[in-house]
Amino acid sequence: MATITDRPAPTAGGTTPAKRRRSKSVSLSERRPGFTVYGILIAFILGSAFPFYWSFLVASHDDATFTAEAPLLPGGQFFVNAGRVFDTIPFWKALGNSVIVSGTVTVSVVVLSTLAGFAFAKLRFKGRGPLMVFVVATLAVPTQLGIIPLYMVMAEYGWSGTLGAVIVPNLVTAFGVFWMRQYIADAVPDELIEAARMDGCSMIRTFWHVCLPAVRPAAAMLGIFTFMMSWNDFLWPLIVLNADNPTMQVALEKLQSGYYVDKTLVLAGTTMATVPILIVFLVLGRQIVAGIMQGAVKG
Amino acid sequence: MTTELSVARGRGAEPRPPRRDDNDDIGSGKLSWRYRLTNLDVKVSPYLYIAPFFILFAVVGLFPLLYTAYISLFEWELGADEQPFIGIDNYTTLLADSQFWNAMVNTFSIFAISTIPQVIIAVLLAALLNTALRGRTGWRMGVLLPYVASLVALTIIFGDLFGVQYGTINNIIEFFGFDRIDWQADRWWSHVAIATMVNWRWTGYNALIVLAAMQAIPRDVYEAAWVDGASKARQFISITLPMLRPTLIFVVVTSTIGGLQIFTEPLLFSPSAGANGGATNQYQTVVLYMYQAGFQSQDLGYASAMAWVLFIVIIAIAGINFLLTRRLASSGEA
Repeated sequence: MATITDRPAPTAGGTTPAKRRRSKSVSLSERRPGFTVYGILIAFILGSAFPFYWSFLVASHDDATFTAEAPLLPGGQFFVNAGRVFDTIPFWKALGNSVIVSGTVTVSVVVLSTLAGFAFAKLRFKGRGPLMVFVVATLAVPTQLGIIPLYMVMAEYGWSGTLGAVIVPNLVTAFGVFWMRQYIADAVPDELIEAARMDGCSMIRTFWHVCLPAVRPAAAMLGIFTFMMSWNDFLWPLIVLNADNPTMQVALEKLQSGYYVDKTLVLAGTTMATVPILIVFLVLGRQIVAGIMQGAVKG
Repeated sequence: MTTELSVARGRGAEPRPPRRDDNDDIGSGKLSWRYRLTNLDVKVSPYLYIAPFFILFAVVGLFPLLYTAYISLFEWELGADEQPFIGIDNYTTLLADSQFWNAMVNTFSIFAISTIPQVIIAVLLAALLNTALRGRTGWRMGVLLPYVASLVALTIIFGDLFGVQYGTINNIIEFFGFDRIDWQADRWWSHVAIATMVNWRWTGYNALIVLAAMQAIPRDVYEAAWVDGASKARQFISITLPMLRPTLIFVVVTSTIGGLQIFTEPLLFSPSAGANGGATNQYQTVVLYMYQAGFQSQDLGYASAMAWVLFIVIIAIAGINFLLTRRLASSGEA
């Protein structure tokens, strides 16, 4: 990635033949793009942002005005609609539940995946190769299709309706283990681990003092992705949670499936549920982009 | 888990892990005790570290899938007193169930019209992003915006945009002089609408993956092509696309596994249709039908049979993809 970022823009004229040839050939792909490229990208991004804007636009009017006038600019009714959302669904509870679920899942996935990734990347033990192959193979298994027995088990043990039922199945993921293994294999030198062992560190202290500090960037990315995935999880929470104790996604579904659908109310709810995640994106977007692109190269 | 081991051993005089198991001859008492602990630490720790994943996968991944197969052999109603064994009856019923085949066709139809345009647009978008843009990160974040949005919220918003009477998309279509489209009642158009949601969400994400792969292509290949007089379009077709092949296959495989389990979009597309997927099930997918049969009609045995059939279909397609990948990857090197 960095190879292109670091290359200065090609300069024109006044160079030796060799240099000119290079700058010319580079300019084939490095030339500053014209208005067409920017235009297409702007159109694409406007298209990407439009549904968000639409949601806020509808949410900021009252139902009658919106239907009658079809305005293009936001009105002043947003907080009125937001108030009705609070009356219709347990919004704060849903938000809190989502934060608890996604937060717990994220911390757990990061810690347990890093631990397993460390073992797979740096420790020698019998069956390491086949076990790692097994982990990768489970990536392709659609475990979502096992929700029926999972639901029966949760109901049997009285877990349905509780946040634990949503948290526990996601405490560690194959993706997380694979991701951390790939990173640790490159980022943590064997010598460092051996040195720590020589100095008398136990395995867990070696992990804690040598491995963890070195893998912070990858762990942070795994954390961001896990949080987003957990935040958006829908099918399983919909089945196992109820309307009194929902996550944000389940609450939104309840809001939409009411008997009388008032779209200013529903879209006020979606706007309110979207804003926190948009803020996270504005703060961490750079890391998310880098994470996706690194994952693509490594995977 | 292993803290007591590390505390017990401390910073001893002989901290090195022993290379052999028979360390009793080195000394007695404290020293040998330490050796044993270190030895145990070295041997057991790796298994302790990887254990959480395997235990969890066994309990919430593997066991439910196998148990699904078991349940599918019973007439298993939620809350019923007894569950009679009926053998493969659920499967024979399922294979004769036109609603199931309808759902299967819908799933593949939505999958096809969401994956193919998505990959094409992602490649073109990646090519644009691969130029020397000013403010590179900003553009990349811009195309990724849909990916972070909550699926439920966005599906509800799109459901509104695709509304038949007051929907914005129909207003735009009418503005340009075309007829309004019944996005919900018409089978084909409902699939297009749902595929649009999928595409809207994932195109930018896949464009970034393709972009990363494009940047990994060595520059000298292009320089050689330039020396030989290849045009930019020619370079794109003859160099970029072939070298992207593994990445494109990766993108298709991952979207297969997710796409065949599509659920949220068809469930929330129209507030009134719910798990029916439209009045005539015109956009009900397999997972949606499974949800309806299992958790609304309470027929867990039947829903399990459905889950198991879809499981086999997904694994089969993933396997075909895998074989295809290997063949294409090896032919791509030539």
